[in-house]
Amino acid sequence: MRGKLVGMNGDRAVAYAVKQADVDVISAYPITPQTIIVETLAEYVNNGELDAAFIPVESEHSALSAAVGASLSGARVFTATSSQGLALMYEILWIAAGLRTTIVMAIGNRALSPNINIHCSHDDAYAARDTGWLQFFAENVQEAYDLTLMAFRISEDHRVLFPSIVNLDGFILTHALEGLYVLEDSDVKAFLPKKEPVNPVDPGKPMTYGALDLFDWYMEHRRQQYASLESARPIIKEVFEEYSNLTGRKYSPVKSFNTEGAEVAVMILGSSAGTARYVARKLAEKGKKIGVISLTQYRPFPAKELREAIKDASVVAVMDRSVSFGSPGAQLFMDVSATLIRSKVRPLLFNVIYGLGGRDLTPAHIEKVVDLAESVMRRGEAPEEPVWVGVRGDEL
Amino acid sequence: MSGESVVLKLKTWRDLPIGGIIPEPKTSLHNKTGNWRAMKPILDNGKCIKCLLCWIHCPEPAILRGDDDSVRIDYDYCKGCGICANVCPVHAIEMKLEV
Ligand code: SF4
Ligand code: SF4
Repeated sequence: MRGKLVGMNGDRAVAYAVKQADVDVISAYPITPQTIIVETLAEYVNNGELDAAFIPVESEHSALSAAVGASLSGARVFTATSSQGLALMYEILWIAAGLRTTIVMAIGNRALSPNINIHCSHDDAYAARDTGWLQFFAENVQEAYDLTLMAFRISEDHRVLFPSIVNLDGFILTHALEGLYVLEDSDVKAFLPKKEPVNPVDPGKPMTYGALDLFDWYMEHRRQQYASLESARPIIKEVFEEYSNLTGRKYSPVKSFNTEGAEVAVMILGSSAGTARYVARKLAEKGKKIGVISLTQYRPFPAKELREAIKDASVVAVMDRSVSFGSPGAQLFMDVSATLIRSKVRPLLFNVIYGLGGRDLTPAHIEKVVDLAESVMRRGEAPEEPVWVGVRGDEL
Repeated sequence: MSGESVVLKLKTWRDLPIGGIIPEPKTSLHNKTGNWRAMKPILDNGKCIKCLLCWIHCPEPAILRGDDDSVRIDYDYCKGCGICANVCPVHAIEMKLEV
């Protein structure tokens, strides 16, 4: 592994990456469990370790608004949020993406109210999925650090120019101390040269940003934005590969474990992927082959790679740390369903809801999911509605 | 600026500058908004007493003021709100349906 081994929690690891990225502007509001990111960055700026403008705003809505302005002016910009804070940013999420800013934002994933809960759910990340931001999910503290650096590089690439979200599970990653390798400043500098803005705000060259765009232009702009986000896919892969070569840590949009020849697969995002792999390894000792699939890249959704990872499976349990009220399944489940509808050979799918508000997902839960998947395979029929694990009452 | 605006020719999505920006200034000179109008103000210069109330109140501003304080209406930008007709003390402006 390239770099030196240090101990940090996820929030500090993100802040450290942001410092090494040598950002120009940080505009952020502290919200649990992301607070440590903002506090650490404030410290860096205050003690002169980081030469950046730190804008302490009164709300997340302002945090992202200021970030949009700063990014358009040509600055490298970072912000962070969680849960209701992201909800408050919602309006500006669209604007940040539509104006093609290159903001990088960390989300310490946290449940939405009510009732007030500071622990992990993925509702917040999912709520941003249609807004045009690139989204990445970290599985551990190392990935939170790595993805933050890569996000700047990807966002600022002139063939991309979209803002990025780096998701890290609240408390599980934001506050857990883990060993990670950090790069030397010089390596980061080489990997992430200064931002070269496109069309920066310039008093000498007036331009209009965010003009009125009625039925005569709006649709063209949306069509263009859609196509541009699609064309970011190969560039994300390119940056993942370059970073993998630099660090010796493998990155790809989809992470598959034991999927080759496995009839049953579990699909899951974020920190729980490790638990799923642990169970898969244990079951492998008993001769059972269970594949585990997780996504590093969530938006744009890596449909092709997912289809490839899933090709041997007859049953896939898609696990969501979120509820989508009144819908046929939670968000990842719907993404996977829509992806597979285009495949000739389709595995049976069912949706599992787990871990809301920080509820632990234990290996025993995953084993239950695997048991259900196997019975689905035998019966040839999957449950119509999402099943819930780890809930009191009619649990799976 | 001469010729047709780069921005306002009806381009396809492939030809637009990214991010919905308009990379040239003064585009409102090309972006004639008068076709939004349903009602059209018709000025009777014979009645006009050059008080300039319409010129002050027009929100666009689409009332053009001559050197001698006479007024005329710039139909490229008049949106037909009728304020001028309302404030004119001598009823020199009449709102008519746009045809
Ligand atoms: S109708 Fe309204 S926009 Fe048109 S000239 Fe009169 S005041 Fe101006
Ligand atoms: S308000 Fe009437 S009288 Fe006064 S300048 Fe306008 S048109 Fe003429």
